[in-house]
Amino acid sequence: MRSANRRAAPGPKGGCESARPVGADRALPGGTAGRSVCLAIIAKATRMTLLAIKDLSLTIHGAPILKDVSLSIAPGEIHAVTGESGSGKSMTAFAVMQLLPNGAKATGTVTLDGTDILSVTEAQMCSIRGSDAGMVFQEPMTALNPVKTIGDQVAETILIHKAMPPAAAKARAREVLTRVGLPENRFPLSRYPHELSGGQRQRVVIAMAIALRPKLLIADEPTTALDVTTQAQILDLLKGLVAEEGMGMLMITHDLAVVADMAHHITVMRRGEVVESAPTGQLLAGMRHDYTKMLFAASKHQVDLPERPAPAPLLEVRNVSRDYRLPRTALFTPPGMYRAVSDVSFTIDRGERLGLVGESGCGKSTLTRAILGLEEVQAGQILLGGEPVFTGHKPNLAVRRKMQVVFQDPFGSFNPRHRVDRLITEPFHLLPDPPTGTARDAAIAEALTAVGLTPGDARKYIHEFSGGQRQRIAIARALIIRPELILFDEAVSALDVSVRAQILDLLADLCRQYDLTYLFISHDLTVVRSVTDRVLVMKSGEIVEQGATPDVFANPRHPYTRDLIAAAPVMPDVTEGAA
Amino acid sequence: MRRNLIVGAALSSIVVVAALLSFVWTPFDHAQMNIPERLQTPNGVHWLGTDHFGRDILSMVMVGARTSIAVALVAVGIGMSLGVPLGLAAAARKGSWLDELIMRGNDLIFAFPSLVIAILITAVFGASAVNAIIAIGIFNIPVFARITRGAALSLWEREFIMAARVSGKSGPRISVEHILPNVANLLIVQGTIQFSLGILAEAALSYVGLGAQPPTPSWGRMLADAQTMVSLAPHLALVPGVAIILTVLGLNLMGDGLRDYLDPRLRVART
Amino acid sequence: MLRYTLKRLVSLIISLAIASLVIFFVIEVAPGDPAQFMLGLNAQPDTVAALRAELGLDVPKWERYLNWVGGMLAGDFGTSYTYRTPVAEMIADRLWVSLPLALYALTLSTLIAFPAGIYAAARHGHPGDVAVMGATQLGVAIPNFWFAMMLVLIFAINLRWFSAGGFAGWDEGFWTGIHSLTLPAIALALPQAAILARVMRSSLLDILGEDFMRTARAKGLSRRQALWRHGVRNALIPVLTIIGLQFAFLIAGGIIIEQVFYLPGLGRLIFQSISSRDLIVVESVVMLLVFAVIVVNFLVDLAYAAVDPRLRSRT
Repeated sequence: MRSANRRAAPGPKGGCESARPVGADRALPGGTAGRSVCLAIIAKATRMTLLAIKDLSLTIHGAPILKDVSLSIAPGEIHAVTGESGSGKSMTAFAVMQLLPNGAKATGTVTLDGTDILSVTEAQMCSIRGSDAGMVFQEPMTALNPVKTIGDQVAETILIHKAMPPAAAKARAREVLTRVGLPENRFPLSRYPHELSGGQRQRVVIAMAIALRPKLLIADEPTTALDVTTQAQILDLLKGLVAEEGMGMLMITHDLAVVADMAHHITVMRRGEVVESAPTGQLLAGMRHDYTKMLFAASKHQVDLPERPAPAPLLEVRNVSRDYRLPRTALFTPPGMYRAVSDVSFTIDRGERLGLVGESGCGKSTLTRAILGLEEVQAGQILLGGEPVFTGHKPNLAVRRKMQVVFQDPFGSFNPRHRVDRLITEPFHLLPDPPTGTARDAAIAEALTAVGLTPGDARKYIHEFSGGQRQRIAIARALIIRPELILFDEAVSALDVSVRAQILDLLADLCRQYDLTYLFISHDLTVVRSVTDRVLVMKSGEIVEQGATPDVFANPRHPYTRDLIAAAPVMPDVTEGAA
Repeated sequence: MRRNLIVGAALSSIVVVAALLSFVWTPFDHAQMNIPERLQTPNGVHWLGTDHFGRDILSMVMVGARTSIAVALVAVGIGMSLGVPLGLAAAARKGSWLDELIMRGNDLIFAFPSLVIAILITAVFGASAVNAIIAIGIFNIPVFARITRGAALSLWEREFIMAARVSGKSGPRISVEHILPNVANLLIVQGTIQFSLGILAEAALSYVGLGAQPPTPSWGRMLADAQTMVSLAPHLALVPGVAIILTVLGLNLMGDGLRDYLDPRLRVART
Repeated sequence: MLRYTLKRLVSLIISLAIASLVIFFVIEVAPGDPAQFMLGLNAQPDTVAALRAELGLDVPKWERYLNWVGGMLAGDFGTSYTYRTPVAEMIADRLWVSLPLALYALTLSTLIAFPAGIYAAARHGHPGDVAVMGATQLGVAIPNFWFAMMLVLIFAINLRWFSAGGFAGWDEGFWTGIHSLTLPAIALALPQAAILARVMRSSLLDILGEDFMRTARAKGLSRRQALWRHGVRNALIPVLTIIGLQFAFLIAGGIIIEQVFYLPGLGRLIFQSISSRDLIVVESVVMLLVFAVIVVNFLVDLAYAAVDPRLRSRT
């Protein structure tokens, strides 16, 4: 039962004695002896509880978002709420902060440290936010006001609650910024957000959230927008803060590896309802619910790849460099150059599945555009089947028709005004005599069938499809001119784990059916590990390591590769069958 | 809100119908002077009264609508037909000398508000309706170029444009096939707004005598004529003024309504 | 910041140079010879030639352009063909009417628009917002010169609070001058205020949807505190652009409003000069108007940098 879970939760047990007896007062309105004993037990449980959500239901303009959600967090406990998109996990967090969109109606009870949040006034809620409960958001790039210094923004948390005089607030802001890893010598209070990286900005957001030592810290996908090495640092910081300050933490994340790695207690949600909730060890040891099992299985999904044919080079990248002009720093000096890709060489063999991993800004997108012949390179050569992708200063269409690409964003990669048949036949433009009439219809039907859709989908508009289906359509578009090489540019990064597993299986099937060669560009090591034969690791425009995928993951040689692999949270082995 | 669209379209169509009707019928001949019946207040015969020459004001307002609509419409046409291709070209080659040239040229035109352009043209070629059209039209070019470029730039970042480039399509072809249809809504809405601004600008130019010349009736001229008699016969100023306000109000409401109807996230520059 | 300023300054100078070229050569293609025009059709050819020499019309075009620009830089705008007085003097007199009028109107429109726009955004969707938006919708549709006529009808002719036209001059004292500019300034300002209020509102509404506003609320700021502390300054960035553009409209609009109120400003000067084909005056006044617009936009660019730290560090 829930109270049992709570007892199992780790955290400073002394917290329950020091807790204010507010909950006890409320729970003991006087009554018969038997009843008060019973209530005393509940009261004891309540005292140990920092946040208790009970039967929380939420509608937005009448549409149900959450249904009877219950969970509780003890001081010092990290409670992770996980689930796929549309599960309502973020809305649960916003309901606790009462930062819900217009038209939202919540019922049930949300008790934070003895106060029922759903019944307090907005003014009282303002005094709770930032003081008793702090919050960290997903997108650090936009979470800070661009026109105010980081010092002012951190100090504001303190000043708005009139917790300290301005000078003391400034000192505290300094102290807390240093605590989150932004020391004074490199990050004075006068810095502006645009002068910081994403990870540094997220540290500022954390500093604002913990400046007044709140009892509860809510983190909504705090590392989703960050690179894997930065993610590891931020997660460490959060863990350290929780342990140090004895805060309770409600962590919202879709990443099961992160969940398993740091949470004491896991709640799995689907379509606004709690599917399963248990202490981490217990949940991993024996999942009761099929959905939970499916989620964990999908995150660890291993793709069954067909055998590689005998090595014969298909794509050769030879000593390629790509420079960008920097904006002029002075009026009459020549503009500087930035080398995004520096002297990169590699080969993809026919039938091979090659992975290219690296963090944002490492040059992998630039390299992708160069391979696709969208941008000319400043040095080196890119050959596909022995022919250059660029001849003279023009892209070579005869070569370009041998490769296609699938992009990341299933929502942005289609013109919303065209129907599916027009969308997926766009690559026919590359052919000297594209099929027309029945031949065209047959090609469309075949491509759609190959990716698991039906020929009838050809006359639909793109908004009628889900994210996973759109990615299938993107693959159909790549497939329709029968290319030899397909580039996947973060092609599964935006998908939920269950959909991602299906798409990866589809890719393996297609590879078997059509003799395809894949280049996988991704920041996600798990995905690259499961679908590639060989992997390249890129850093600052250079390839620092390459080798067979199992070898690189087992024995990384370059220190950067080692860092990357160490930083990536690992899915635990789940023991099946205890249910 | 759908209400804006309906009210706006209704007001605008009243004006357009009145202008079209004036080609075949007006209550009186708009140029017919009738001194004995001058300065009448609205009555059963002359529904909106008569001016200082005894001309029927309703007839003049109807014919004046023709002038206003024609000038504003052609000016929007000039602005769109030159501004949109320039904006598309600038976005397709972002950061190039072409982009730079187009944008700096735009800034320069913005430094000459339409009235200043009109003054320059009139000083050289004399006042006429055609020159008013040119003055307003020139000023519309950078408005359309800017808004097209802005919207097109964000579209060029989208992956479906990248997909079209991977399919070997050229910049101009992508601009026409993918960018233009996706900025069309924005252009329709901005066109409505520029149309209403054109009506205001035409009225201002003909008020100071730089627009349509007599005997062509125009709302601005009617106001200029009414000015000396405003204390004597306020309706002379009231009628054309209200005609201008209702037309502009109708077009603006229609623009807002269209924007919400077509796409609530459209960004339209209102200056 | 210095680099940013210098860069803007260079583009200001280039804009001015191109604008002066455009104006000069547009005026140059004007049909008809000013000397001939001034002296009438029966003038003796040698009298015309003498006048041409006196007006400096007998030298090559590019030399006249350089003389004109050089003269303006030295404060010498040439001599009016018709009045035979220095153009600089004529302009200076008129400037003391037109410039205060534009500034007065800009001040009024900002003072009205900011509170109205912020109020409407804060009450988004509520009756207060609807009322403000309705009023601005009407304000945008009203031609300022017609509004001016109505103001004269009500406040000058019927109520007699103001004079119907003319300018008392600054010699009678500051407040007398302000008094005679009040109706014209209101007529100019209100339609502009309607536009500015709409921009302020929509810009603020955009900002209210930004992530950092949610961060501010999570810190414990109330809706109102978040709006004032984090919203308004960010919303100012697009609003400043509009203020810069509006100055151009105020200057141009001022020319028309001067006609309604018979104010002896640049507007009246320019129309008199057009009818007497006094092209050197037209040329100089137009150049001055364009100069004012370009300089104001330069100042707006500097104001951006003051509001937005991202511009200060970028070059």
